[in-house]
Amino acid sequence: MKKILEGSRAIALTIKMCRPKVISAYPITPQTHIVEDLAKFKADDDADYDFINTESEFAAASVVLGGAIGGVRVYTATSSQGLFLMTEVIFNIAGQRMPVVMTCANRAISAPINIWNDQQDAVTIRDSGWIMLYAENNQEAIDLHIQAYKIAEATHLPVMINVDGFVLTHTYENIDLPDQKQVDAFLPAYKLIKDFYIDPQNPRTFGYFATPTTYMEQRQELHDDLIKSQIVISQTAKKFEQQFKRPQSDGLVEYIGKGNEDVILVAMGSVVGTIKEVIKLKSLPRATSSKARGSRGVGILKIKTFRPFPDSGVIKYLKRAKYIGVVDKSISLGTEGILATDIKRALVGQTKAKIQSFIVGLGGKDITPSVIEQIIKDVKTKNTDVKFVYP
Amino acid sequence: MTDKPHNNLFTPGHTACAGCGQALAIQHVTKALDKDVVVVNATGCSEVYSSKYGESAWGLPWVHSLFENAAAVATGVLAALRARGDATTKVVAQGGDGATFDIGIGLLSGMWERGDNILYICYDNEAYMNTGVQASGATLTNTNTTTTPPGKASTGNTKIKKDMLAIALAHGLKYVATATSAYPQDIQNKVKKALATPGPSYLQILTPCVPGWGYEPNLTIELAKLAVQTGLYPIVEFENGVLTNKMKVPAPRPIEEYLKPQKRFKHLLDNEKELAIIRQIAQNNIKKYELGK
Repeated sequence: MKKILEGSRAIALTIKMCRPKVISAYPITPQTHIVEDLAKFKADDDADYDFINTESEFAAASVVLGGAIGGVRVYTATSSQGLFLMTEVIFNIAGQRMPVVMTCANRAISAPINIWNDQQDAVTIRDSGWIMLYAENNQEAIDLHIQAYKIAEATHLPVMINVDGFVLTHTYENIDLPDQKQVDAFLPAYKLIKDFYIDPQNPRTFGYFATPTTYMEQRQELHDDLIKSQIVISQTAKKFEQQFKRPQSDGLVEYIGKGNEDVILVAMGSVVGTIKEVIKLKSLPRATSSKARGSRGVGILKIKTFRPFPDSGVIKYLKRAKYIGVVDKSISLGTEGILATDIKRALVGQTKAKIQSFIVGLGGKDITPSVIEQIIKDVKTKNTDVKFVYP
Repeated sequence: MTDKPHNNLFTPGHTACAGCGQALAIQHVTKALDKDVVVVNATGCSEVYSSKYGESAWGLPWVHSLFENAAAVATGVLAALRARGDATTKVVAQGGDGATFDIGIGLLSGMWERGDNILYICYDNEAYMNTGVQASGATLTNTNTTTTPPGKASTGNTKIKKDMLAIALAHGLKYVATATSAYPQDIQNKVKKALATPGPSYLQILTPCVPGWGYEPNLTIELAKLAVQTGLYPIVEFENGVLTNKMKVPAPRPIEEYLKPQKRFKHLLDNEKELAIIRQIAQNNIKKYELGK
């Protein structure tokens, strides 16, 4: 049934229906509404998870790691500095192959301190071994959370769902929220797998010490499995979209356009919706829009799964373009936008297109139609330097 | 005194140094445990010598994550076990003095505040031994460590040993105690008592370190006794916040007997002024816990 819900509330209601047994969190804006709702459901005796408050994000991440090793479904959420404080545990969770699911309500990082949205936080832990999904809107946000548990438990990999802070977390949208029965049908009760959880009858050693003899092999295995998880991500998306009657996608990338556009903008998260609005691909006839914006219009490649990086989807949709503008709400200082570097790497030897990095919206800077129009204009010029675009 | 036979929960064949006071203490701790216990270990020597991939020494479910988070991981493990309907399996978290006094103290405080039914054991060898004998918050004043070396302008560590017992007691813990590697039965009794006490408990065991303290491996037990008998490491037991038991020191041994065999104090032996500071620490302990009576 469709309901008008705040993004954070919709996520919290969804998490409750996923039936985690251990939730642990520490407050940080803009993640707070999600965990406050989850605490309230518990206080109202409307949930059977253990809600564990901690003295830091470092501890919250450690509690959910312990819960996962203990053999139950777990959940945490954070943002920005909180994610950075968790970083050591984040890498450890992936290395231990525990199916932890967390939400990152994306927010700028300090300094200067700033609570508004950009995507610098999560991209900074992209090398940790987590599956990283990005939601364009709150419907996708809740859908991805349900899929995340399925993916995590099938792959023994942790999954992070990224939702733009405030833009999604604090925004009311019309959302098709599934009911408990539908969620249960898609996501059955947590299944314990022998040797992967604490069992006094079968004592195992978790988080062992590895010497040069075995360490590199185990790190490669984590990489190989992360790459292979794309199959599970796609299958899960397909199954979910069928059951919940959503538009079909492969769960990795989504192309918006006719497929023959000269200019393609690449982005992830809520800015994709902004770009859609500006170029009005859906409503404007192609002839009208293309006249103003070049011979064959503007397409959008939406990155839904950022790690593992969907190389083949990127190649498939981008190799015919002449001008590729990568729109990042983060930057690897001293280089360019982080997504831009990934796109260039994936396209090596595949295209002669001009690829340019554009930085927008840092620390909540408005991304107005003029920002997108500027990018569409600039991507066709000869300049390839990373460009910060202001409203 | 006769010791219990080996129960294979912490098996020989690990790679600790000869004479390791910590491996000995862990042996005594595990002898007090049944199979329904999960051990959550901080990073440190014990994790290195007991958990090598494919060669684990542990006969219990054993979990290690990071240096500073054993207490929080233990909280998660306990919550998961209870959620699975396991009402009996116990959780013991443990780490060295670096993990406990310093880097993990915030997470330990958080676990104590939550009141989780977890026994936390600190194996205190009074410095960061795993990384090569650097000073920690548990290092005694005037100790020679690699980050507090004595020299023309220094007599070693300038700080005082942090009072972890007071910190534990301030959290309202119902069971707080100390022990040393020298007294196996005392360790076993205290572990059992701690596990029988609802809520969080804290046990701090002085565990001599052969390379870190710089002594001959056959002296581990002797030094773990002398630490107590000089008054430098009081063995005490607090129940419900009240001192209920202590190992009396009616005739304290001279601190030189304890210091002399250890290289970490060698620079002090001809420095009466600095020795007096250590002597004062022992006297203060004896007075504070009334160890003479």
